[in-house]
Amino acid sequence: MSAKSRSRAPIVPYAVWMVLFVIAPIALVLYYSFLDLDRHFTLANYRNFFSSAYLTMTLTSFWYAAIITFFTLLISYPTAYLLTRTKHKNLWLILIIIPSWINLLLKTYAFIGILGLHGPINALLETLGFDPTQMLFTDFSFILVVVYIFIPFMILPIFGSLDKLDRSLVYAARDLGASGWDTFRRVIFPLTISGVKSGIQVTFIPALSLFMITRLIAGNKVITLGTAIEEQFLVADNWGMGSTIAVFLILVMVLIMMATGTSRKGGRA
Amino acid sequence: MKSLIRSSIAVLVACALLFYASYTLNATSNAGGAGVITVYNWGEYIDPDLITQFEEETGIHVIYETFDSNEAMLTKIQQGGSAYDVAVPSEYMVEKMAEEGLLLPLDPSKIPNLAHIDPYFLNLPFDPGNRYSIPYFWGTLGIVYNPNLVPEGLTFDSWQDLWDPALKQKVFLYDGAREVVGMGLNSIGESLNVKDEALLRRATDHLKTLVPNIKGVIGDEITPLMVNNEAAVALTFSGQAADMMAENEDLEYSVPREGSNLWFDNFVIPKTSKNIEGAHAFINFMLDAEVGAQNADYVGYSTPNAAAMELMDEEVVTDERFYPTGEQRKNLEVYQNLGPEWMGKYSEYFMEFKMAL
Repeated sequence: MSAKSRSRAPIVPYAVWMVLFVIAPIALVLYYSFLDLDRHFTLANYRNFFSSAYLTMTLTSFWYAAIITFFTLLISYPTAYLLTRTKHKNLWLILIIIPSWINLLLKTYAFIGILGLHGPINALLETLGFDPTQMLFTDFSFILVVVYIFIPFMILPIFGSLDKLDRSLVYAARDLGASGWDTFRRVIFPLTISGVKSGIQVTFIPALSLFMITRLIAGNKVITLGTAIEEQFLVADNWGMGSTIAVFLILVMVLIMMATGTSRKGGRA
Repeated sequence: MKSLIRSSIAVLVACALLFYASYTLNATSNAGGAGVITVYNWGEYIDPDLITQFEEETGIHVIYETFDSNEAMLTKIQQGGSAYDVAVPSEYMVEKMAEEGLLLPLDPSKIPNLAHIDPYFLNLPFDPGNRYSIPYFWGTLGIVYNPNLVPEGLTFDSWQDLWDPALKQKVFLYDGAREVVGMGLNSIGESLNVKDEALLRRATDHLKTLVPNIKGVIGDEITPLMVNNEAAVALTFSGQAADMMAENEDLEYSVPREGSNLWFDNFVIPKTSKNIEGAHAFINFMLDAEVGAQNADYVGYSTPNAAAMELMDEEVVTDERFYPTGEQRKNLEVYQNLGPEWMGKYSEYFMEFKMAL
């Protein structure tokens, strides 16, 4: 065995795994997207995608995913920043991460109780003198629950890059006369942008394809591509159309990975 | 090199385990044969005491498994890995399974208790002559409502009541394409089985005018909401409505007069059966008058078993909400199997409606 093939050998199991469980399923999805109901080759699914409600649906999915990512970032960045400044930062971090170990559906069901007409939030509102309102099945409740679910995933990478940040760079900026805001905008944020980017990846991409929560919390008033795929596979029994939507979802994901991919250039920090 | 071999083995072991798992999952009931039958039914859809009674009377051991959707059941039977002897699909699924050759014809001579079934429920369009199926329970699709939470005078004996301006943000619909689009078709006075683009378009446009009244389109989660007085009006199945009404006595159920869906869950013997005699014995046992009455009491759905109804509480079987009279049944229709092309269209129109929410 030559030195070269020996150095490549360890990649074999990984390659086998990737082909079996990543490439083969995607290839199957692509293959099914060209089949009609009678399993004949067709481009009709793609024509259907561009001519019907699916384009609007893609845009709404994008819109909600963007809002969700924005609010998640808005809460997670300051939280992660404050975490790095606390004394027992790893303990605090663990406390924030623990809820993400609980099954997503369980958390969603918990929110049905919390937000419901007879839930604790409405009980509080009532003691304060407000009329109880049904908070479930609104855009507000949907975004609240999804943001809550994604926060730990966003905090982790941002915390990582903030923690690695060399404090002396911050002191230097302050010494040289930068205000607190200037230091943040021109030193801290640019140096932690890689953490923000991975945070956006792990939030935006799953947010595009959410489906059970859209029904449980939003009462189907929010329709995402995930809902459409579920419907095509399970109700309409049209695997071709379901796969076509999935192909677009995968394409969008690849684009987002590329847009937020951390470049290896620069090599600093 | 060592680590390479180790990780290759890990991959292979993982694959082998997955294959083994899927094999055992598919083969759980391969034990089928003489003395054993496997019954595949919806969850909470039988009185468990009756299974014990059947085992004691016949000496046949029953393996009981449950499913939660017709589609899930179909997939398992299509795969053929499990020896199911009796299954309980809904009417459109009976039609589909018969077309695909997944069912064995029943032998009426081995089911003498068939005589107990009300003739009204036999020889239905989805299975002419009851070649493959016998109805187990039946029901309707209608509106469950809380009279304390809706304006007085609304009785929902017409679909149009859903459009009442006072119900703004109060109506819940069931998350199903056939159910909602079918309701739209009924509300404009059409059949819920139409295969006509123009009518489907009109029904969908009419449904879109209902949007301001709709609070949500959800599934089984509606039960606790209705029980806890958190929801006022919901489109739901009679069986589910009966469950809600058992827990919240204020609730009412109504089937609008313009027409609605009439559904049946039916005993069939799938091709996978390894104990056809036992399957017939089980079906015959369940059709017995006393057994049927006990089961209907337990499950709470409407039974098609006329002999059982005579043994049941008078008040239950004369409740027109759950046992509509012949006159009321006239406008009820059974979902026909539309075929994949039209089913696809129904679900696209349903999607369009949901997008308008």
